[in-house]
Amino acid sequence: MDKFLDSLFLNTSRIFAITVLVVLVALFIVLFKEAKPAIDAFGLQFLTNTRWAPNMDIFGGYPAIYGSIVSTAIAMLIATPIAIGIAIFLSELASPLVAAIVGMAVELLAAIPSIIYGMWGLFYLAPILKDIWGGSGLGLATAGVVLSIMIIPFMAAITRDAMKTTPDILKESAYGMGATRWEVLKDVVIPYVKSGIIGSIILALGRAIGETMAVTFVMGNAHKVPHSLFEAATSIPVTLANEFTEADTDLYYSSLFYLALILLVISFTVIAIAKFLFLKRVQEKKI
Amino acid sequence: MATVCEVKEEHIIEVKNFSFTYAGADKPNLKKINMPIGKNAVTALIGPSGCGKTTLLRCFNRMHDLYPGNRYDGEILLDGKNILGKKEDLIALRTRVGMIFQKPTPFPMSIFDNVAYGLRLQGIKSKSELEGRVETALKDSALWNEVGDRLKNPASALSGGQQQRLCIARAIAVEPEVLLFDEPTSALDPISTQSIEELVLKLKDKVTIAIVTHNMQQAARISDYTAFMYMGDLIEMGVTEELFITPKEDMTEQYITGKFG
Ligand SMILES: Nc1ncnc2c1ncn2[C@@H]1O[C@H](COP(=O)(O)OP(=O)(O)O)[C@@H](O)[C@H]1O
Ligand SMILES: [Mg+2]
Repeated sequence: MDKFLDSLFLNTSRIFAITVLVVLVALFIVLFKEAKPAIDAFGLQFLTNTRWAPNMDIFGGYPAIYGSIVSTAIAMLIATPIAIGIAIFLSELASPLVAAIVGMAVELLAAIPSIIYGMWGLFYLAPILKDIWGGSGLGLATAGVVLSIMIIPFMAAITRDAMKTTPDILKESAYGMGATRWEVLKDVVIPYVKSGIIGSIILALGRAIGETMAVTFVMGNAHKVPHSLFEAATSIPVTLANEFTEADTDLYYSSLFYLALILLVISFTVIAIAKFLFLKRVQEKKI
Repeated sequence: MATVCEVKEEHIIEVKNFSFTYAGADKPNLKKINMPIGKNAVTALIGPSGCGKTTLLRCFNRMHDLYPGNRYDGEILLDGKNILGKKEDLIALRTRVGMIFQKPTPFPMSIFDNVAYGLRLQGIKSKSELEGRVETALKDSALWNEVGDRLKNPASALSGGQQQRLCIARAIAVEPEVLLFDEPTSALDPISTQSIEELVLKLKDKVTIAIVTHNMQQAARISDYTAFMYMGDLIEMGVTEELFITPKEDMTEQYITGKFG
């Protein structure tokens, strides 16, 4: 009887585990199938074509891809140094009490639904940025800023966790040699957790690039390659969120799926790089 | 009061009425300890797990200061000067009192950079001086023959025993006065253990050694003096042969004959 229960348990959990794989593969298949007409019609030129003219059945993915990449790049440029600074403070400099309180705040911020960041961006940040750099206040720059603020807590939290994997005894060895805090950080902690930090940054990038809600409001939603960062633009998730309801032709509909497929491939690659190239090494490395 | 033998060497360290309390502990973890440490001698600290050996050792380089709220009472004199003062320069202290840990702790850098680490911290930049001192340290730690031709390789590629000797090389490169060893062989195989023990015996010509060990045979093999601790007290310190053959305290006798521990 015990044996029966045991194998029942084993097989049930195995089925659940396999389900995950099935869903993943099914997702790819469905996206690919739906995108097929657009893939047939436009091929890889879809990636570089800047024109998006639904009324003429011309669809080019470049403006959305460009918007996604540029807004994410801006977000990463702003967020990375700040998040690493926060992580260093929390894991190495702050007293345990301060680290616990601020650390908790960071984790709470990381849990705020991204639509809230989007609303804050639209109603609060955009008017301010408009005064600073003119235009409508909407566009890639604003989206980049909102995205960066959204990912800073997440990036800081996982970077801090990566930094905390440095064994105390390793740090103590460096202090024992007469190193200062800064020297211990620079010579021991950061080299020790380097790949973990890079992995954490890439994971945050993966999150930023697929983000919809935080940027839908502040992109300005214009399907073209903007002349400047302060002009209305779009990104892949924003296009998807806005245009499915308007997709009145099969090719329009299918082009949106093509974009979705591209996004999935980008996110997948990014996360795979983070996990397998960088974060895996962190777990293997034990002193 | 503990029984403490005569230490004929100059007392490079003198522990006087010393108590230590960890942050949050309601009573001292080390209680009114008095003991000398003889210059260029090997002093072993033995006692059952949790008796305070590591805690005492980490007072000698003020390692406890890395964590807030720990308290020192009494005095620890190094060359006649109390090191427990608030104004004590901990960086200078730690270059005078080096430490080797339970597990090898190579830094994530090359073999050369590991050994040169403390020298560079002291501001030594001259390449030829660094090379010379790294070579001396590696020879003194019996590692030169094994790694002399691959100094640029990462230290993490060495075996456990080699890594531990590398840590010793790193520590002695800055020519400390005292070296603290906290169970340095507990993570090593018998052959690596033996080479570390030989090294300790060789090093005492140049440096004073205090070593924590849970292995009484090890203490007997390598130390000149042995201090037996129990529950935060120093029970007895004696010349090693005498302590193991004719202990003066009952508790010491019970411990070395295996009645508890
Ligand atoms: N970081 C710490 N905080 C509080 N108590 C500690 C800490 N480290 C050790 N102790 C306590 O101090 C006592 C002595 O520990 P330790 O010096 O590690 O013993 P030993 O090295 O002899 O095995 C033990 O009772 C232990 O629980
Ligand atoms: Mg110990």
